[in-house]
Amino acid sequence: MAISRRVVLHFDKDIVGQSIVCRLAKDMDLEFNIIRAYVTPEEEGLLVMELSGAASNYEEGMRYLSQMGVVVQSLNQDVVRDEVKCTHCGACVNICPAKAFTVDMASRKIDFAGDKCVACGLCIKACPARAMEARF
Amino acid sequence: MLKSIQEINEKIRRGQAVVITAEEVIQAVAEKGVKKVAREVDVVTTGTFGSMCSSGAYINVGHSKPRIKFGGGVAYLNGVPTYAGFAAVDLFIGSNALPDNDPRNKIHPGEFNYGGGHVIEDMVSGKDIKLVARAYGTDCYPRKKLETYINIKDLNEAVLFNPRNAYQNYNVAVNTSSKTIYTYMGVLRPNMGNVSFSSAGQLSPLLKDPYYQTIGIGTRIFLGGGIGYVAWNGTQHNPNVKRGDNGVPVESAGTLAVIGDLKQMNSRWLRGMSWYGYGCSLAVGIGIPIPILSEEILSHAAVKDEDLYGTIIDYSSNYPNREPGTLGQVSYAQLKSGEIEIQGKKVPTASLSSYSRAIEIAGILKEWIQKGEFELTEAVAPLPGVDSGVSFKPLKERPIGEDYTNDGYF
Repeated sequence: MAISRRVVLHFDKDIVGQSIVCRLAKDMDLEFNIIRAYVTPEEEGLLVMELSGAASNYEEGMRYLSQMGVVVQSLNQDVVRDEVKCTHCGACVNICPAKAFTVDMASRKIDFAGDKCVACGLCIKACPARAMEARF
Repeated sequence: MLKSIQEINEKIRRGQAVVITAEEVIQAVAEKGVKKVAREVDVVTTGTFGSMCSSGAYINVGHSKPRIKFGGGVAYLNGVPTYAGFAAVDLFIGSNALPDNDPRNKIHPGEFNYGGGHVIEDMVSGKDIKLVARAYGTDCYPRKKLETYINIKDLNEAVLFNPRNAYQNYNVAVNTSSKTIYTYMGVLRPNMGNVSFSSAGQLSPLLKDPYYQTIGIGTRIFLGGGIGYVAWNGTQHNPNVKRGDNGVPVESAGTLAVIGDLKQMNSRWLRGMSWYGYGCSLAVGIGIPIPILSEEILSHAAVKDEDLYGTIIDYSSNYPNREPGTLGQVSYAQLKSGEIEIQGKKVPTASLSSYSRAIEIAGILKEWIQKGEFELTEAVAPLPGVDSGVSFKPLKERPIGEDYTNDGYF
């Protein structure tokens, strides 16, 4: 059975330099389509991608990633903003790799575009008012 | 002098005072000029809402039966340690205080989910707070242990008292190192990946009264959604910094110590903050009215973001090591555009204080004054000015040597 899943891969800074994703294609015959990538040397890397292939290969791929120390997060989680808690400061704006936060130039409020959000969760801890929450 | 504070107050009582915000005054002056606006406008309102770490509150919880004396013992509010070194049942809680068992930065960056700032927010929201105290017991205060819920409505006094707020200008932060750093200026990405700033710029109270001509000790202000007062100059008040041609400091300068009844404030304007990898704090809303007593005062109040500058500081080395050196100056208009250029590199910017909330505060204060609910005060004494000789001194360390280990403090 062929499946297709969207996942977020978190790479610890120690493994950012290794070629991991290409093995999913070579060894497990999985097709990957990178939706977003956020990789800086010496820092945690983040890849949002769609993986397609046989279900058994997909399972094997997931096992391989976890052996390599990659944290896999399914994209069925949503990050939402608590509108009461948000103070519209701006601490999130340049933290979001997907640029889901923008400053409305007229009101100076922070707009959150849920459709751009890749649910990576970087904003959750970077928000001093703790207004961003992960929902599963 | 065009008018006195007394005359403005008479107009406020008659509902005739002309009040505009520190944003609106910019447009008004551009259209009509300083001379005309200075005569027409009585008050300009300012506002700022951001993390102000040097904040706290003191409370008096009332005497238990039998009596207990916290002084010399310890007391916790929702698990957060307070300062209990006053008499029997007075406590002070600081915004940065953390529970003893908080992991802090043991696993860096720490999360700092709950601290003193959050206790103040919960208290002002009317939530019950757990008070746990241990004391040594005396003949007149025999009790050694107290564990009880308290609520702000039952306290004798609950007073917000912030030793340093409303900084007149503030650093613009950047990280030139190759790794992410976690600071009170937010998460700073490596290789100048982002820039953060904090001042509200053209709405910020002390930027609109750069020589402290109207804001002084005793000035009545909007504080945390209620009414408060300037109690003193803030700690680290530093009037003698570099100023632009318009007289406005281009780096952190004056500060205010503010005080007010916590019972009439609300949590929209006092919010516990958790700075990733740094610690807890309290976001405070402050608004200060500037009486337009002269053309000079008006022209200061009408300075716009384009003419207000902040200084860019590297938080990966210069700031932590207290080394001099900057990466230049940048206007608040540039900062608010979303991008600035540093050493030829375009860097995205973001504010850490809420400008939209600052606008709201200036608007609320304007409304209070228009409705006659808020009258202006004459300062009881001025804040130390540029001629005061007051400066911001660094700590000169004098090593204690061997005695250090013998005291048993650490």
